[in-house]
Amino acid sequence: MSELASDRQDPVVGDPVIEVRGLEVTFTGRIGLLAGLTGKKAADAHAVAGVDLTLRRGEVLALAGESGCGKTTTARAIMGLIRPQAGEILYEGKPLGRNLKAYRRKVQMVFQDPTAALNPRQTVYEIVAEGLRIHGIHDGPGGENEEQLVARALSRSGLRPPERFYLQYPHELSGGQRQRVVIAGALALDPEVIVADEPVSNLDASVRGEILDLLMKLRRELQISILIVTHDLGLAWTVADRVAIMYLGRIVEIGPAEDVLLRPEHPYTKALLDVVPEAGGLDRPILTGEPPDPTRIPTGCRFHPRCPVVASGRAAELRIEARCKGEDLALRTLAPEHEAACYESFLRHEGATTV
Amino acid sequence: MGMAGLVILLIFGATAIFSIFADQSTLSKVAVTEESIAPCSFRELPCAPNANNLLGTDADGRSVLWLVIHGARMSLLVGLVASVITMVIGSLVGIVAGFVGRFSDTILMRMADFLLVIPWLALAIVLASIFGQNIYVVIGIIGFTSWPGAARLIRAQTLSVKEHLYVERSKALGAGGWYVISRHILPNVMPIILANAILTVAIAILSESALSFLGLGDPLRVTWGTIIDEAFSRGATSIGAWWWLLTPSFCIVTVVLGFTMVGYALDEIINPRIQER
Amino acid sequence: MTVLSVRDLAVTYRSKSGDVPAVRGVSFDIHKGEVLGLAGESGCGKSTIAGAILRLHSPSTQIEGTMLLDGEDVLAMKPGRLRAVRWTGASIIFQGALHALNPVKRIGDQITEAITTHQMANDRGAQVRAGELLEQVGLPARRIDDYPHELSGGQKQRVMIAMALACSPSLVIADEPTTALDVMVQAQVLQLLKALERDLGLAMLFITHDLSVLVEVSDRLAVMYAGKIIEEGSARTVFTNPVHPYTEALAAAFPTIGDVRFRGQPAGLGGDPPDPQHIPAGCPFHPRCPSAWDDCERIVPELWAAGSDRRAACLLAEGAPATARTGEPAADR
Repeated sequence: MSELASDRQDPVVGDPVIEVRGLEVTFTGRIGLLAGLTGKKAADAHAVAGVDLTLRRGEVLALAGESGCGKTTTARAIMGLIRPQAGEILYEGKPLGRNLKAYRRKVQMVFQDPTAALNPRQTVYEIVAEGLRIHGIHDGPGGENEEQLVARALSRSGLRPPERFYLQYPHELSGGQRQRVVIAGALALDPEVIVADEPVSNLDASVRGEILDLLMKLRRELQISILIVTHDLGLAWTVADRVAIMYLGRIVEIGPAEDVLLRPEHPYTKALLDVVPEAGGLDRPILTGEPPDPTRIPTGCRFHPRCPVVASGRAAELRIEARCKGEDLALRTLAPEHEAACYESFLRHEGATTV
Repeated sequence: MGMAGLVILLIFGATAIFSIFADQSTLSKVAVTEESIAPCSFRELPCAPNANNLLGTDADGRSVLWLVIHGARMSLLVGLVASVITMVIGSLVGIVAGFVGRFSDTILMRMADFLLVIPWLALAIVLASIFGQNIYVVIGIIGFTSWPGAARLIRAQTLSVKEHLYVERSKALGAGGWYVISRHILPNVMPIILANAILTVAIAILSESALSFLGLGDPLRVTWGTIIDEAFSRGATSIGAWWWLLTPSFCIVTVVLGFTMVGYALDEIINPRIQER
Repeated sequence: MTVLSVRDLAVTYRSKSGDVPAVRGVSFDIHKGEVLGLAGESGCGKSTIAGAILRLHSPSTQIEGTMLLDGEDVLAMKPGRLRAVRWTGASIIFQGALHALNPVKRIGDQITEAITTHQMANDRGAQVRAGELLEQVGLPARRIDDYPHELSGGQKQRVMIAMALACSPSLVIADEPTTALDVMVQAQVLQLLKALERDLGLAMLFITHDLSVLVEVSDRLAVMYAGKIIEEGSARTVFTNPVHPYTEALAAAFPTIGDVRFRGQPAGLGGDPPDPQHIPAGCPFHPRCPSAWDDCERIVPELWAAGSDRRAACLLAEGAPATARTGEPAADR
């Protein structure tokens, strides 16, 4: 397995491999016929409203948040499946051009629904070989033919012996096996980055650990960097090196997993952690309201309408309430590697009562 | 039901092929003679069905049975070729419109709408008068006027298949448009194309009969439609020569029924397979 | 007071490929004011039980055993009595309930439909009651005139709960009520359910695959595998101290943040839940079990005592017959 690692120039673990700068993705609004006749304008959904992100080589970065926060859109923009309205994406320092074919060899995706991601009319062999055929790869670096490359990819994702699976169809496999086939299809191209969009949420609970274990093994043995999009902070705790929390199209907190999950700075992160079910019972504070609507973004700090710090009057005490409600804010570094965008935590880390 | 339809089609298909071979042999050089039209005489034509001519004769003494057998060949040919033209154009337009979308979709679909809106018969008459009356023109007219319906259907299916996650996966792997169309879209649209093709043959045969009946068909070829046309214009109804009219009509109806039944059966096969998965 | 008493329930579907034994002998009790959580993954039979209690399955489905709802045998009820009992004795919040609302009817009408069908009130009384129910689930009463598309996911779920309460049943069966919801909304709905159960003294059967949700909401917990209950007891004990290896694996899929045991160590099981038509011999879990030994293939486990107020169907339980622990676990590792 390590032949491939030595084929690359020795990468420095920690070098940025994908950088996202100022990413903005807006979905134009649709309006019903009647509403359109009455002169209402369709509201645009600002799914991603300015995201800066760096994925380092060999790391597992979790992009977490509720539905509608923009995490899946960000992932798809990184994959080049969505064209952003603004911002740029750099791969190994160079911006993505119009021709994404070479990029796609290096950055692969694993999808949320493994059953839908596989063409029911194709055999497992054809599915895994698809990437090789698209890129016209007939030999591997060590002189392997297509069949050997497919076998290796299947083995690496835990489907052994690979020959047993060649002629099977997706509907003959279990959920976990299907996801392994998707992963094998990605591995066949020997990628450097895997973007996984909720890779285990559609799988049975007892099977999830295996797939997560596989992803970690790939990182360890093949130095593949992994970006996992998830709503499950427990998953982030299990596998992630760093965690980024998104809300309404922006990253509100980012840092090493231990810091973000055990010493959260942003009130939204704290609320998400409070709400993870556990044997404590339901007497913890729960945010009211629904996940917000990306067509109606609040002024100032996007979180202020639901923020417990504002609601409890503490923001008023600290005299930051006006800023929370009126002034937009960006991430600031509060501790080594740990950033958050919250006026209240800025205060705590500067020691002053007024900002 | 599909089996019954298949049997019907096999019978007619065999007849058509038989007529090709029969043409090569001297059997077809049947001159109309006094023996051939017995027991009727030349003044009693058209002749009612009898032991000599099982389905009677037409006003010129030709055996209706032979006419209908030759007609099978032509009618089926017209139906099949017209259907192929329709499905090829319809599939191309439908898949491109559905997959590429936006501008090409708008243009292609407006072209289809244009053709759909024009009364078919009026268009057929105009085209026949421009291009003349021969069998190839008839095939062309039917083919070129039927593709919009198929295109709409295939476009809808393409739109649906395009949204599947495995198509997105293919793009994520680096596939270009043609790869996705040939490897993913086409195989998943093919069942509908085939089922529709079969139903289109039935419609094409009916259309050809209608055109011929109206006198727009090829007067030099024998099709079921031209037989009916000739029967009418030679006064078969007033004479009461029912065998001359009914036989080709019965053939048309039965063949169309056969194709329709096979088409429906195919539909049933296609759908439960998807549901099972 | 026992609201629901189930003994040896067995449900077998008839299908083209033969009989499918979805539930193979399940027994449990639910008392007034108690929440029983039923946990398990796809194919274990938990949703089948929900339908069986109100006999909602097709006539070709075979149901055996006894189910006493408020003391009455459900399986012996005549159709008229069964219809009367549905919704007034027990009601269900269905899986995928977000799509169970009729998009062209106002939500108020959908709630009153349940009330007037059971002739519990006239039209005006039903409207008033619908308004009360909405308030009870945390929505303003004036929303009875809204259409489903005007509500968010969490609000629709609240309407489903209101509908389930419309005829004041003694038992509410909730089948995956929060699965499709965001974590924050899920927490709100769980809080609501817990409050309602407390205030109205309901008995609740809460079915889900998410063990951590059950721990929050239920008093007692039963874990199902391959059509049988394989562990049951007080919710906290079962979750934090599982005896059966399957329960342990299921609990490990919901790690506690901050617990270093889970950091960097995803825990999972190989293989898949078994096909109900091909259930392994002996203990159905033994092919995947990390602690299995030879006897596990021979002995069909029963729910043996495993500590105070807990039972487990595993040879590891205290009350299990003593056997020699020979052989290697059969699971792929």
